[in-house]
Parts: sequence; structure tokens; C-alpha cells
Amino acid sequence: MYAELFKTFFKIGIFTIGGGYAMIPLIEEEVVNRRRWVDKDEMLDLIAVAQSCPGVFAVNIAIFIGYKLNKVRGAIVTTLGAVLPSFLIILAIAMFFKQFEDNRVVAAMFRGIRPAVVALIAVPTFNLAKRAHLNRFTVWIPVVSALVIWLLGVSPIWVIIIAGVGGYIYGRIAA
Amino acid sequence: MIYLKLFITFFKIGLFGFGGGYGMLSLIQHDTVEDYHWLSSSEFTDIVAISQMTPGPIGINSATYCGYTACVNAGYSVPMAVLGSTTATFALVLPSLILMVLISRMFMMYMKTRTVTSVFLGLRPAVVGLLAAATLLLCTRENFSAPSEDLWQFCISIFLFVAAFYGVMFMKVNPIRMILYSAVAGLLLLY
Repeated sequence: MYAELFKTFFKIGIFTIGGGYAMIPLIEEEVVNRRRWVDKDEMLDLIAVAQSCPGVFAVNIAIFIGYKLNKVRGAIVTTLGAVLPSFLIILAIAMFFKQFEDNRVVAAMFRGIRPAVVALIAVPTFNLAKRAHLNRFTVWIPVVSALVIWLLGVSPIWVIIIAGVGGYIYGRIAA
Repeated sequence: MIYLKLFITFFKIGLFGFGGGYGMLSLIQHDTVEDYHWLSSSEFTDIVAISQMTPGPIGINSATYCGYTACVNAGYSVPMAVLGSTTATFALVLPSLILMVLISRMFMMYMKTRTVTSVFLGLRPAVVGLLAAATLLLCTRENFSAPSEDLWQFCISIFLFVAAFYGVMFMKVNPIRMILYSAVAGLLLLY
């Protein structure tokens, strides 16, 4: 059982490129269709919970399913499975990247890659803004959050705490 | 004590990292680049690029890489650096492990209550701001060069930024492919 849990999430960990939400169809295929560890409706609830919890999305799902099947031990096994592939790959890269970094070819490639990566982070900003259904009453929240982090060096953690408490207070007043 | 610092930092990131991998970037960047200077701004960008091209969640990738690099930069040996990257990765996952187990034991119903819904009313727009901040903080001389430093590289950088943004946002080009294109462009134009 443990071996099967580990293997399944190791596989999910290996085949996810590009992170997070790209994993959803693969996880569904493995844990809903093939192994039948959770049913389809449970999976939808699980995705909603894993998204609203802090931390790495795929790891949250792995923990939940592991816990459901084999309690804390199950959760530890699935977490290890999901984390280990990226851990080993990145560790290998971290060990050898330093040697290639000063190579002229690699350096030139990364001079081209860096501005493109900044754009890759800008894109989800706009996609997320669309999904957050911002209106004229809420649009100041992301603007002020971004400015205090960018210009004043405020820690994003404070922004998260204040936004959460603010939302809670607003919810109470509205009710 | 670098291990303790790594542990606390990545535990915090794991605990407050709402909004998926990209939402976490801003937290990772604030602590590892701006606060502790474990990584330079361009090293951080490189990690994001490497994370995009390799399997696995971006949060795990950054924790593993930062843990290793922070120790190496502080003059530790390779095995000690491996321990550093294990510490950071473990610390990142630990809050999820505690929270998700608690939720599946008792709060599963609690997740749909008014309280949780209203907290997210505030969180969701703020995470958009976090991402915007991450983007703005990466617009540095190290990533783009500067007109006074190297006008040619600066212009190419701006062009690659605009092209990558347009390609991924509107033409739905796969981000991994976009990184490969920009690597080729860098090789041809910025060698």
C-alpha cells in the first residue's frame, strides 16, 4: 500500500512540468480514474480546499489523499513521493549550475532568458486579476499591496495577514 | 545559524504562501533576495527559469535551490549544503502537512463557512498585488541591463520581455517553449 502511494505521487511529481495547476488532470487520472482512491465529487472539493490552503498545491493534494488512506504515515509517504523528484533534480542542477554559469554560451542564453521569465511572472498577474473579479471597489487592494511591497519593502506576509483580517471584518460588517 | 534561519524562513513561506506557486514567489523573493541576500536578483530569476523547465512545483524547486545556494554562498561544504536544501524543503512542506491533516480531520465543513469565504474576499485581490510586486521587483539592472551600461542588451531585453508577454498571454505559447526561444535569442544576440 505504502509503495503504491509513493509510486503514484512520485510519478505525478516527475511528470508535472510548469507547476501547480498543470498537475490537476494528471492527478485526477491517477487517483480518481485508475486507483479510485477518491471519487470525482470528492476530488472537486479537494481541489477547492487545496487551493485555499497555503503551501504548494500538489503537495496539499498529496497530503490529503495520503491521510485519507493511511493517516499520518500515509500523508508522509505521499508527500515524500510528490517532493522527491523535484528535490533530486534541483539539487543536481544547483550542484552543477555554478560550473556552467560562467560558461560564455550559458551566460548569453540566460541574458536572453531573464527578461522573458519576468514576463512569464507578469502574465499570471493579469490572469489572476481576471479570475479575482476585481471591481471599482476592490481594485485598489492589489494596487496598494503591490506598491507597499515594491516601494516600501513591506513583507508580503503582512499584506496577506492584513488582507485576510480585512476580509473577515468586511464580512462581519456586511452580515 | 544558517539552518535555523532557513527553517524559519521557509516555514513562514509555507504557512503564508497563498495563491499557488506564483503567489509564493513574492514571499520567497522578499526573504531570500531582499532580506537575507542569500540570492542575487538574477540568481532568483534563473531559479524561476529552471523551475519552469524542470518537473515539480515552483515552491519546492526554489526552496531546494535556495537552501543549497545559501549554504554554498556562506562557505559551507557540499554535504552541509545538501543538508541546507533538505532543511528548506522540509520546512516549506511542514505547515501544509499540519494544516491539511487538521483540515481533513475536522475543518472540512468549516471551509465553506461565511468566515472563511470572507477572509478570501480580502486575500484573493491581495495575491494579485503580490504577483504584481514580484514582477516589479524583478525589473532590475541585473535582469535587463541598463541604457547607460549596455544599450544593445537593454533594448534586446525589453524586446524579449514584450515578445514573451505577448506570446504567452495572447498567443498561448507554452512557457517552456518561450524560455527556449529566448535562450536562442540570447545566444544569437547577446553572446
